[in-house]
Amino acid sequence: MRLLVSDLTHRYDDLTVLDGIDLALAEGEILAVIGPSGCGKSTLLGIAGGIVAPTAGSIRVEGEVPDGCLNPITFIFQDFALLPWRTVEDNVALVLEHHPLPAAERRERIEAGLRGMGLWEFRKALPKQLSGGMRQRVGIARALAVRPAMLLLDEPLSALDAQTRELLMDDFLELWRREKTTALYVTHNLDEALRLADRVCVLSRRPGRIREMVTIEEPRERRQEPSAQAHLAAVRERLWHLMKAEAQMADREIARA
Amino acid sequence: MPDSLPVNPLVNGVSAQPVRFRGGGFTVKRHPWAALAAFAALLAVWEGASRLGLASPLFLPPPSAVGRALAGMVTDGSLWLNLKASLGRIAVGWVLGTLGGMLVGFAMGIFSTARAVGVPLVSAFFPIPKIALLPLFILWFGIGEPSKFATIGFGVFFPTVIATCSAIDSVPRNLIRMAQSFGLPWRSILRSIVLPGALPGILAGFRITASIALILVVAAEMIGAEYGIGAFVLMAGNLMQTDTLLAGVLVLSLMGLAIGTVLSLLERRLLNWR
Repeated sequence: MRLLVSDLTHRYDDLTVLDGIDLALAEGEILAVIGPSGCGKSTLLGIAGGIVAPTAGSIRVEGEVPDGCLNPITFIFQDFALLPWRTVEDNVALVLEHHPLPAAERRERIEAGLRGMGLWEFRKALPKQLSGGMRQRVGIARALAVRPAMLLLDEPLSALDAQTRELLMDDFLELWRREKTTALYVTHNLDEALRLADRVCVLSRRPGRIREMVTIEEPRERRQEPSAQAHLAAVRERLWHLMKAEAQMADREIARA
Repeated sequence: MPDSLPVNPLVNGVSAQPVRFRGGGFTVKRHPWAALAAFAALLAVWEGASRLGLASPLFLPPPSAVGRALAGMVTDGSLWLNLKASLGRIAVGWVLGTLGGMLVGFAMGIFSTARAVGVPLVSAFFPIPKIALLPLFILWFGIGEPSKFATIGFGVFFPTVIATCSAIDSVPRNLIRMAQSFGLPWRSILRSIVLPGALPGILAGFRITASIALILVVAAEMIGAEYGIGAFVLMAGNLMQTDTLLAGVLVLSLMGLAIGTVLSLLERRLLNWR
């Protein structure tokens, strides 16, 4: 499934958050979106997922919805968004409840999602009994249960410690190797973008405009190898240069306001 | 790092000092017997003051006399007769007020139009001391039970509306957005997210409204009732039977305690996820 964003603008009252965004996300591609705080990254994701109505412009998807897909565009949230009163299993079941599925398929989807994330033994636990990393894994299992065609990830690792982030990045890589799901990945962490994305979209300070689109040539599976490090370091330097300039200008504007 | 440190090392000629602990206090410690001991001490002082003639038994009878009066209420059946009447009024009035309040509170919490209409009305009616309306309710519904149900129900209604509406406001919006992003229908969002998410706030409101119901039942019974703990206390006061009066007050206190315990059990059962 492909995502096409055309001349997208979004305003909250008099505040323009996004201005004239044009981008196309190819099938199976992972596009990371980075930019200074307040540049409209999460708003862009909300609009792409249909939970924020854009002020102007259009968002379209193209392509076939795969068999068994119950929610083509699916979010993974920064704060996990788990229902604290439901067990792990019931949190995953929530997103299947309104679909007329046979009981066996429902069970199979829940079990596959939880086993895939190594959470089957914890299916009866409440979210409060889990670590941050495990909670995000429940969020991922919930997303996988609907077999999405496209994932929208809103800083999914930013609430986690460095070690858990590394482990979950491995999980994401394995997921993408297996499922080839198209993904729009919002982050402020350059290392995540460099590890996971095919391209990185750098947004300017508010109002967010596309400052630059950077392609990471190195294939994802080789990015941990020593031979890839020179290229990745160069890309990182380029991204940081762009980010730093925007963040500094944003800070100066805040100080003047 | 050396294998062992000297007992009293000298560093640049200065003897090393142990680091002083400064982290004490400002933590809550459990003292399970303290409350019981304080309560027993209070009763002992009260009893002693009465026996030593420091307090007139006519105006402040000793706890032993209050206990005897309570035992008398149990044996002559007046406790159950009055308790039954009060509990019945509280139950009917509270249930009516709570159901109505939750319905209106939910509507105000969910629908913008209902909120726009409801907030000014609730703000206008909420501050009225509800017992002041009892004479009006007596005119409308008669001196019997319905006027007392109405007073209690009306008193419970507004705090329930406010508690329910606030509880819905406090449901994390990220959970609702999550459900919307997975395409859950409106009714499922209400049933699976809004209602359970609002439950802590609604139950907290129950505590407040249960106390209000207790106050209002006593006031209503003092104005116009043959039976009920409020009527019983008033009659004991009129007859200068202060031991019986205090026994009635003790029953009211125990009623409040029992209602609080039931609500705590309910919270523990329904909110075990917190």
